Amino acid sequence: MSANENRGTNYLNADYGVKSWLLTVDHKRIALLYLIGVTFFFALGGLMAVLIRLELATPAGDIVQADTYNRLFTMHGVVMIFFFLIPAIPGVLGNFLLPIMIGAKDMAFPKVNLASWYIYMAGGLFAAWSMLHGGVDTGWTFYTPFSTAFSNTYVISTAIGGFLAGFSSILTGLNFIVTIHRLRAPGLTWFRLPLFVWAHYATGLIQILATPVLAITLVLMIAERAFKIGIFDPALGGDPILFQHLFWFYSHPAVYIMILPAMGVMSELISAFARKRIFGYKFVAFASVGIAVLGFLVWGHHMFVSSQSPYAGVIFSFLSMLVAVPSAVKVFNWAATLYQGSVSWQTPMLYALGFIGLFTIGGLTGVMLATMGIDIHVHDTYFVVAHFHYVMVGATLMAYMGGLHFWWPKITGKMYSIFWSKVSALLVFVGFNLTFFPQFLLGYLGMPRRYHAYPEDFQVLNVLSSAGASVLGLGYLIPLIYFFWSMRYGKKAESNPWDAFGLEWETSSPPPTFNFSETPTVTLEAYDYARREELRQETRQARTQPVKDA
Amino acid sequence: MRLGFPLFPDSASTLAPKLDAIYFFGLLVSAVCSIGIALVVFYLAVRYRRTPENQVGHREKAGLWLEVAWSVVPLGVMLVMFVWGAQVFFEAQRPPADAVEYYVTGKQWMWKFQHPEGQREINTLHVPVGQPTKLTMTSEDVIHSFFVPAFRGKMDVVPGRYTQYWFEATKPGTYRLFCAEYCGGEHSLMGGSIVVMEERDYERWLAGNRGEAVAGAASGAEIFAAKTCNTCHREDSDLQGPYLQGIFGHEVEMADGTTVMVDENYLRESILDPGAQVVKGYQPLMPTYAGQLSEEELLQLIIYIKSLGAEEGAEASVASSEAAS
Repeated sequence: MSANENRGTNYLNADYGVKSWLLTVDHKRIALLYLIGVTFFFALGGLMAVLIRLELATPAGDIVQADTYNRLFTMHGVVMIFFFLIPAIPGVLGNFLLPIMIGAKDMAFPKVNLASWYIYMAGGLFAAWSMLHGGVDTGWTFYTPFSTAFSNTYVISTAIGGFLAGFSSILTGLNFIVTIHRLRAPGLTWFRLPLFVWAHYATGLIQILATPVLAITLVLMIAERAFKIGIFDPALGGDPILFQHLFWFYSHPAVYIMILPAMGVMSELISAFARKRIFGYKFVAFASVGIAVLGFLVWGHHMFVSSQSPYAGVIFSFLSMLVAVPSAVKVFNWAATLYQGSVSWQTPMLYALGFIGLFTIGGLTGVMLATMGIDIHVHDTYFVVAHFHYVMVGATLMAYMGGLHFWWPKITGKMYSIFWSKVSALLVFVGFNLTFFPQFLLGYLGMPRRYHAYPEDFQVLNVLSSAGASVLGLGYLIPLIYFFWSMRYGKKAESNPWDAFGLEWETSSPPPTFNFSETPTVTLEAYDYARREELRQETRQARTQPVKDA
Repeated sequence: MRLGFPLFPDSASTLAPKLDAIYFFGLLVSAVCSIGIALVVFYLAVRYRRTPENQVGHREKAGLWLEVAWSVVPLGVMLVMFVWGAQVFFEAQRPPADAVEYYVTGKQWMWKFQHPEGQREINTLHVPVGQPTKLTMTSEDVIHSFFVPAFRGKMDVVPGRYTQYWFEATKPGTYRLFCAEYCGGEHSLMGGSIVVMEERDYERWLAGNRGEAVAGAASGAEIFAAKTCNTCHREDSDLQGPYLQGIFGHEVEMADGTTVMVDENYLRESILDPGAQVVKGYQPLMPTYAGQLSEEELLQLIIYIKSLGAEEGAEASVASSEAAS
């Protein structure tokens, strides 16, 4: 259809020059700006992870000093969470795909969309500035009164960085919600939306409702640190546990800001590479919303041993169990989708299958942590570190990588090396498990997190973990190379190289500036491969029929 | 690098086997589910792989009963874990009535201990085997967390309040103590050890260290006198301030009719912020002692006030255990 008319001009070559990129309001170009931003911060956070794992290869604190180590894990957390995990999938894939998937020309508020990138970068620069001046050593959790009265590092400027990134996140969420409500193509009812869109809708809800609480918390923390206003520090009459309540009221839902978009990507990958409608579409869609809502009610499971009331702990434990149900429902539905599908083991699918394995382990260990009797032992140990890396790296990053490989031909119009992409997917999976599985054992053995030196008998497991990290690092380095390579030398991609279902595959690769030459009309249910096949056969017959008659 | 390395922590408290049991249950559930799902996914992905004949997936079949089943069954398993976990948690939270109380103060980056007999130690705590041991803990600066992996469980040590942790060691030995809550700088070196001794050895140890001992109650009494607390808090004070004999562990009525349990945190608040919760019948006359007492002195004062009620409390616990038997 429109692909032929637009051949030659697309969003990438519609305009040239730095200014055309920095002042663009095209959601696809903004997605690429985000891609540059998140890739930079991922590399930065990854570099810190390398130094952390190097230090932990030996029990003694030898490669870096304790103070340096404390800054490293703090900045690793701050950078990876605020400047990579939270913006990665919504900022890059969400921005690029959401309007196309619903048949819109752009976001509801294109300028707000650009502003959100600038705010994100401004936040990132605050954090980077703090790092260059010596960093911050409070842990990404900024626990009081350490952060407000004891640390003599760049707490305030880093917190301002997080504060700003929060506003970027709010604007992105707002834009998604309004866009989904207002700009759907004719015929695209709520239950015909791709599950990627549902997931981003749920994410948007959390972004606009939870993030303001982070802003408030950081402002209160800054006020206490800068002006000695007693809020959290008991020496000033404050309550340090109040900070934890406020902090986790945002930061637990923030985990779902990181995982829900990843689940959205998963539904797209599984259906595309099984060429089958997602099993239990409505259950998967509502599971996203269910996770978003329940996610607000579980923050106290971070505080079972904080001196929070044990009765409050019981309630938080119970609600945390409930939030695991919609997560389990999603996993079972993805698995069931493969049944009687046409499963293709392409690179994006390898990441998706890896996601199922790693997310299952991450989720089940999450249930163990929500079990109070277990948590009191493994809280603040490497068990927790392993658990959240299984969810955030094992799941979110796998989905992000899978999504990048899936939509890369659409985004750039180029194909990458199939061979190397499969090699790197394998390296990521193996390296990841080697890095983080030993940490579960370390945690139950009792190795606390954020330790720069540790007893000798923990060394073997730590060496395994460091060895795994180098494999994992390689697995992330290779895609960087072949993605760059593909932009220049890659084979030209067709508009639908995977023969996948969805509006984004009906426009050219890369898409024109306004996505479609005319607004598409949607007549099929989402992922209705079977019906599409029937229609294709009808068309084929209709085409051959007149020939016979003539 | 030592190659004969442990994969499971030492087990040296009454809590350990109970906590391990639920941990193993959790591991079993996790292993069965994750291996099961991985096998199913792998099987389906191979069985229904794309072939020239199998180019498009079949139409989705409705599966309401499946959706219900795989929501309800996991929920059931999780509820088992929830209830079991809460039981273990409350057991770890509630010290037995006959637990012997020790005091712990955390500060960057050391642990200070005080025995009921007054002996003080730094970074090492000696306790007898088989004795329910209750730790009343606070911090002089930031949040720390008391964690002895061999005993299982942990408790944060929070400035501005008292938290409790208890254990009953089951075998003699020296066990690692870690600070589990990140506390800056030398957090990873804020360790120590708990030395669990046979009863006889412990008695000998206590006797050998009696020279250093200044009983908490005695030094608390000195502070009580030095700060002239006894001017108002005495038997014939005539409504200036409540008499403190036997007050600990009892409920007192506030001016607004509510009641408050007199525990360490209430005493602490009443010393540092006397106007916050005033006992019925008294005027808020007392000045604050915030900034005039170190964390250590505050603790000695509270130990002293507790000792004022100790005799009565001991009788009560004997009576209750007799009633139970």
